[in-house]
Amino acid sequence: MESTTPIIKLADLPKVEPFVLHADDRAAIEREIHHYEDPRAASIEALKIVQHRHGWVPDGAIAAIGEVLGIPGADVEGVATFYNLIFRRPVGRHVIKLCDSVSCYLTGYDDVKKAFSDRLGVGLGQTTADGRFTLLPICCLGACDKGPVLMIDQDTHFDVAPDRINELLERYK
Amino acid sequence: MSALKAETHPLTYRVNLAAPLDLKGYEAQDGYAALRKVVKEAPGEVTKAVKDANLRGRGGAGFPTGVKWGLVPMGADAPKNKYIVCNADEMEPGTFKDRLLMEGVPHQLIESMIVSGYAIQASRGYIFLRGEYVLAAERLNRALAEAKAAGYLGRNVLGSGWDFELFVHTGAGRYICGEETALINSLEGRRANPRAKPPFPQIAGLWGKPTVVNNVETLSNVPHIVNRGAAWFQGLSQGKTKDAGTKLYGVSGRARKTGCWELPFGTTARELLEVHAGGMKDGLKLKCWLPGGASTDFLMPEHLDLAMDFDTIARAGSRMGTGLITVVDDKQNIVSVVRNLEEFFARESCGWCTPCRDGLPWTEKLLAALERKQGREGDLEVLEQLTRFLGPGKTFCAHAPGAMEPLQSALKYFRAEFEACIAKPAQAAA
Repeated sequence: MESTTPIIKLADLPKVEPFVLHADDRAAIEREIHHYEDPRAASIEALKIVQHRHGWVPDGAIAAIGEVLGIPGADVEGVATFYNLIFRRPVGRHVIKLCDSVSCYLTGYDDVKKAFSDRLGVGLGQTTADGRFTLLPICCLGACDKGPVLMIDQDTHFDVAPDRINELLERYK
Repeated sequence: MSALKAETHPLTYRVNLAAPLDLKGYEAQDGYAALRKVVKEAPGEVTKAVKDANLRGRGGAGFPTGVKWGLVPMGADAPKNKYIVCNADEMEPGTFKDRLLMEGVPHQLIESMIVSGYAIQASRGYIFLRGEYVLAAERLNRALAEAKAAGYLGRNVLGSGWDFELFVHTGAGRYICGEETALINSLEGRRANPRAKPPFPQIAGLWGKPTVVNNVETLSNVPHIVNRGAAWFQGLSQGKTKDAGTKLYGVSGRARKTGCWELPFGTTARELLEVHAGGMKDGLKLKCWLPGGASTDFLMPEHLDLAMDFDTIARAGSRMGTGLITVVDDKQNIVSVVRNLEEFFARESCGWCTPCRDGLPWTEKLLAALERKQGREGDLEVLEQLTRFLGPGKTFCAHAPGAMEPLQSALKYFRAEFEACIAKPAQAAA
C-alpha cells in the first residue's frame, strides 16, 4: 500500500483544554435533576453551575454535561448558544449588562452606553484588554421607573447617570 | 407598615421591599388563610370562584383565568402528573410589576401557587423566574423553604390527601421565554422555541401533561378571591369598567414620579400620568404612549381619558398589554424610538419561523437607514408591507405580530416624521 501524508497533522489542530467536571458541580447537577421529570430539564441549570465556577462554559463542559444528563452534547450546545446569560466564550471578571429597552432608551441609555464605551475602550460584546470587564446589552430589567438600569454581575444598579460610572466601576476590581 | 388596606389593595397592602414578611408575619396578616380554606373544599370550588370573579390574565393577553383552568382534565381518569407554572419571566419592555410582588411579598406568590395548584390538582408547580431577578429568587426560595417546613407543601398538604411540590426555576435570559409554549420548552431544558397550538398546554403541556401557565399578578389575586369572594372582587373596579379587580399600573419614561401602583381596574391613563406620576418632567410634553409594553400600539395624548382595560384600549386600536405605560416625550424622534423597539424584537426573535427571523432584521435595517436620514423612496411602503407579512396568523407565536404593533401605529400617527427621513435624490447621490 502506498504511504500517504496526512492532510491535517494532529499537532496542527487547535489544542482543546482537557475538561474535568468538578465533583461538586457534578453533585449539584445531579441534585437539580430531581426537580424535574426528565434530566434534560436540568441542562440550563447545569450550564449555570459550570459557568459559576469558570466564568464561562468551556468547550469540554458541553460533552461532560451531556454525559451527566444522558443527552447528546449537541443538544447541550444548542441550549448553551440559545440563552444570552450563558457565555460560550471567555468573558471578563465582571460582566456589565446595559438595559437597552425602550424605557431606558428614553431616559438616557445612549449617553450611558457612550460613557461606558469611552471609559473602558470597548464596544458592546467586547472585553477590556486587562480582562476586567465585558460590556453587553440586555433586554428590559424590569425596573423601568428607575432607568437607566444596568447589572454588574449579580447586582442591579438604578438611575445610572454617566457621571456615576467611574465610582460604580471602582467597586468591581 | 404601609397604609394600604387589604379590602382595596389586596395585592400590595403587605408589600415591604426593605424587609418582606416572613412566614409568621405573613400568617399574622391573613397569610395561608385561603389555603386552609380551600383544602376543605372540592378543587372545583376554587375554579368556580375564579370564574365568577371574572379574573382575566394580567400577563398581557387578558384570557379568563377560570376558563383556562376549566380546560384541565380532572377526576380519576385525569393524568396523574399535572403542572401549574407561574410565568415570572417579566421581560416585556416597560413592565415592572411582578418584580414588586415577588420582592415585596414573596409568600403571597407561594400561597397563590399552592391554592391554584390545588384547583387543578397539580402534582408539581414551577415558578419560572427570569435569571436576572436575583433578589426575587433569594426571597422566593426562602419563603418556599418556610412554607415547606410549615406543611403547606409536600405530602398530604394540611391533611387534604393532596401532594404538591413547588420549585423555583431560574432562566438564563431571552425574552421569548415569556411566550407560554416557549416557556414550557425552556422549562424542559430545550431552546425556547414556541410550540404549535393546538394542542393547548392545558391538555398537553410540560412533558406532554396538562399544564396551566399564569402570570405572577394573575395568580396573586387568587387567594384574595378565595378569602373575600367574587362579588367583592368585582366591586374593586368601582364600576370604572366591566373588568374586575385591581390592576398594577405604572408609568415609565420621562415623567416626574415614575412608579407602579395598585389601582382599580379601568383607571384612566390620564390619572396614571397626571395624578400618580405627577405629569411630564422638565416641561416636556407628551408625544405618544405605549399602553402596556413594547408590543402594544402607540396611543396619542387624546387617548389619555380612556379607561385602561382590555376592551377599551382594544377599541382605540391598541392593547392594554401589561398595563404599565411608557410615555414618549416631544423631544424624542419617533423614528429612533421605533428603531430601538424593532432592534429589540429582531434580537429577541428565536429564529424558529421565517417571517420573524428574516422580517425583523429587515425592518430594523430600514428604520436604521431612515434614522440616519438615508431612507429611500418606497421604504415606508415596504415597512407597511412588513407589518402585514409579520402580522397575526403569519407566524408561530405573537412575537412578530407584537413587534409590528408599535411600528404600524407610529406610521399611522407620525407618517410625516418618517417621510422626512427619506433622502432627496441629490443627497442620495452624494
